Amino acid sequence: MLARRVIPCLDVKDGRVVKGTGFVDLRDAGDPVEQALRYDAGGADEICFLDISASPDGKATIVDVVERTAACVFVPLTVGGGVRAVGDVERLLLAGADKISINTAALATPTLIDQAAARFGNQAIVVAVDGKRRPDGGWEVFSHGGRTPTGVDAIAWCREVADRGAGEILLTSMDRDGSGAGYDLEFVRAVVDAVPVPVIASGGVGALAHLADGLAIGGADAVLAASIFHYGHHTIAEAKAYLADRGLPVRRVDA
Amino acid sequence: MIAIVDVCGGNLRSVEKALAAVGGDVVVTRDPEVVRRADKLVVPGQGAFAPFMAGLAERGLEAPIRDAVARGVPYLGICLGLQVLFDESEEHGPVRGLGLVPGRVVRFVPPHHDIKIPHMGWNRVSAHAADPLLPGYVDGTHYYFVHSFHAVPADPARVVLSSEHGERFCAAIRADNVFACQFHPEKSQRAGLALLAAFVQS
Repeated sequence: MLARRVIPCLDVKDGRVVKGTGFVDLRDAGDPVEQALRYDAGGADEICFLDISASPDGKATIVDVVERTAACVFVPLTVGGGVRAVGDVERLLLAGADKISINTAALATPTLIDQAAARFGNQAIVVAVDGKRRPDGGWEVFSHGGRTPTGVDAIAWCREVADRGAGEILLTSMDRDGSGAGYDLEFVRAVVDAVPVPVIASGGVGALAHLADGLAIGGADAVLAASIFHYGHHTIAEAKAYLADRGLPVRRVDA
Repeated sequence: MIAIVDVCGGNLRSVEKALAAVGGDVVVTRDPEVVRRADKLVVPGQGAFAPFMAGLAERGLEAPIRDAVARGVPYLGICLGLQVLFDESEEHGPVRGLGLVPGRVVRFVPPHHDIKIPHMGWNRVSAHAADPLLPGYVDGTHYYFVHSFHAVPADPARVVLSSEHGERFCAAIRADNVFACQFHPEKSQRAGLALLAAFVQS
């Protein structure tokens, strides 16, 4: 049986980790490579970099960060943020990423998903979907880092991206992101039931119980979190131990 | 010198770095002469079966690989590097393989919605036999898999490790100097590095 995955996410801007960190013993807490190494050693099943650089220089920097990470981290690496064209996907894959996450560009040009999946395989293409609850029910997709409403129904969009060849969906609730109140479990469940591809739940984790709920109640294949790990509230190993206690199949590195 | 055979382009950096990290003297090559001179071969592969076989033919790599395997050169196949050892694959085919190990490569048949294809993620394996590349192996170890097809060796005794994804399937094989795994040791953290280290030291 496949283990449910725990994925720490690092926000990277101009080659530096943006959020603070609880890793007090790191030589350079702002270095994404060093943080990724720490997560790798701690038992992360995958590592996610979200590049939030706005400048062209920042975009070049992430390729270097990916190269240096892939040279020393031996778990899968997902990279997203500002991926606009097949060329961007290729550059990051050749730098050593395993999966590339596409968000706003997929909404602007849905055929980008088809092209990238045909060229690099479904397993390499993740589509990130940022959704927000509608007052009248359902969820609406937001683009540009969750700032711009699109009018697109999130469940329909998730079905479409899976049809177009996305190998995985990274689903973030804009209502919960940064709240610490837990995943929007209804949103996760609705997407899990709608698509045949794995779903990564994201947005809102403030406690280990939220990770377990995302998997057990939401039905997600993987759970992604940032702050809970960054600020040192919990280690990956603690998260794995907690999930195992809740009866969820996880990969334990300390066992 | 360990030759990592570049059959189809793509990202071989992870395999290269992982082998180097455990002390391997590695070179990534598409040169048939380098493959002929290598002390050991690593054949990684991603993507589809047919283009991979075409890549072997176009780059003149098929004969040197066959010769090396026949001479007893240690061969480590990863993912497609396992699948191409067999007689044929169902993927967009049947497509002929190298035929070095009797058997076929078939698609997963998911029995229900919870079994997703590709089989992607960390899965536990069970050992069917001891192997020099699995020193200190603990049953139930997780390795990282990404694939939609799996090998079915004609001789079940070839299976060293199996795993389960809707059905039990072959996760690694041994045939004399050939060891090949369906999972990616270069992405399987400690467990994968241990396997690669054993190959480097073998």
